[in-house]
Amino acid sequence: MIKKIFFQFIFFNVFFFKEVFAAESGGMPQLNTEFWISQIFWLIITFGVLYVVLSKLLLPKISSNLESRKSQIQDNIEAAEKQRESSEAKIKEFDEILLKSKLEAKNIYKEAREKTLKEINTKKEKLENQINEEIKKAEIEISLLRKNAHKKINKIAIETTAELLKKLIGAEVNNSSISAIVEDLSKRNESKYYDN
Amino acid sequence: MAANPMTQFEVYRIGPEIKIGAFDISFTNASLFMVISSLAILIIFNFGAKKNTVLPNKIQLLAELSFTFVSKMISDTAGSKAKPYFSFIFSLFMFVLFCNMFGMIPYTFTVTSHIIVTFILAAFIFVGVTVIGFIKHGFGYLKLFVPSGVPIILLPLIVIIEIISYLSRPISLSVRLFANMMAGHTMMKVFGGFVISLGVVGGWLPLSFSVALTGLEILVAFLQAYVFAILTCIYLNDALNLHH
Repeated sequence: MIKKIFFQFIFFNVFFFKEVFAAESGGMPQLNTEFWISQIFWLIITFGVLYVVLSKLLLPKISSNLESRKSQIQDNIEAAEKQRESSEAKIKEFDEILLKSKLEAKNIYKEAREKTLKEINTKKEKLENQINEEIKKAEIEISLLRKNAHKKINKIAIETTAELLKKLIGAEVNNSSISAIVEDLSKRNESKYYDN
Repeated sequence: MAANPMTQFEVYRIGPEIKIGAFDISFTNASLFMVISSLAILIIFNFGAKKNTVLPNKIQLLAELSFTFVSKMISDTAGSKAKPYFSFIFSLFMFVLFCNMFGMIPYTFTVTSHIIVTFILAAFIFVGVTVIGFIKHGFGYLKLFVPSGVPIILLPLIVIIEIISYLSRPISLSVRLFANMMAGHTMMKVFGGFVISLGVVGGWLPLSFSVALTGLEILVAFLQAYVFAILTCIYLNDALNLHH
């Protein structure tokens, strides 16, 4: 029985269309003026309360929230910008210091190099002077020795000749005559003997 | 009972009959949903306005998004002069939107599907805008009906047309919202009735229609609230910045 009703309900509802919509009566309820005054009254009350509370309490709060958030974010952005700028300035400063110290190091190196070069040069000069002086001294000595050489040689020659003559002939010869001969000889052959 | 698609629009008394003089101001189901909508708006925006943090929570985000949405809508259509009327347009938009949306819940009552409600709102806007226009421009506001650059021969006709279009604003504004809501809800009800009457075999088609219509109606509920608010902005713009 129940099954049959259910079946009918499911499959043959199409045929009860008219019965389903039969209860229609009397147009739109919107045009029924019975509750118009009530609707107007409650609309004014609810909308009025809504408007007053929103405009006096809630919307200013939301607006100030938005405003303060905006300004806060703006402030943060500005602070970040400032920090960025300062860090950039610091980097610049650092770079400058680095450049300066590089230059300084170069200068110091240059100065030290020049100083040592100068020192080396002065020492070199001194040493050269010393060496030159010693060479000069030696040269003077040599030239002195050379100058005195033929006098000594003459003397040696005279003495040797006198000694030779004495031994060979057994005669004593006057030194002055020998020296005259030697002098004469040496004068004659001076260029032959002493030209180097 | 639920068979008639128009019964959903019936207003009935909840609680006792209240009378002031000759006027019946009893609390009805329409009043109930007006109160519910207003309370819902107030609760949401109360939580949305509570504390100020850099990172808003979800409800705060919702409140602030709708705030900026409405304020952008007003500044786009009516300019910066309309700022004092921001809270009115905001409440209007929210009220209509919430009434429409609460109407989308099954077994509820749609406040905005009643011509008297939408007409009172529209009439209030119409009167308010006209008063603002006359306060701002004096009798110069009547220049609104005389567009510039029209040949003199056509002028009487144009002025009459302009006056008629101006006077029909509250009617068009109210009927647009009311008719949209009523038609949508009636259609949903009819398709719902088809689902029942066609049963398991034939009911799937109207059911799928019903599902699609629900989505469409939610869109319409938002769109009509938006249109209502933006038309108010445009009327306000006419009153504040006389263009003609």
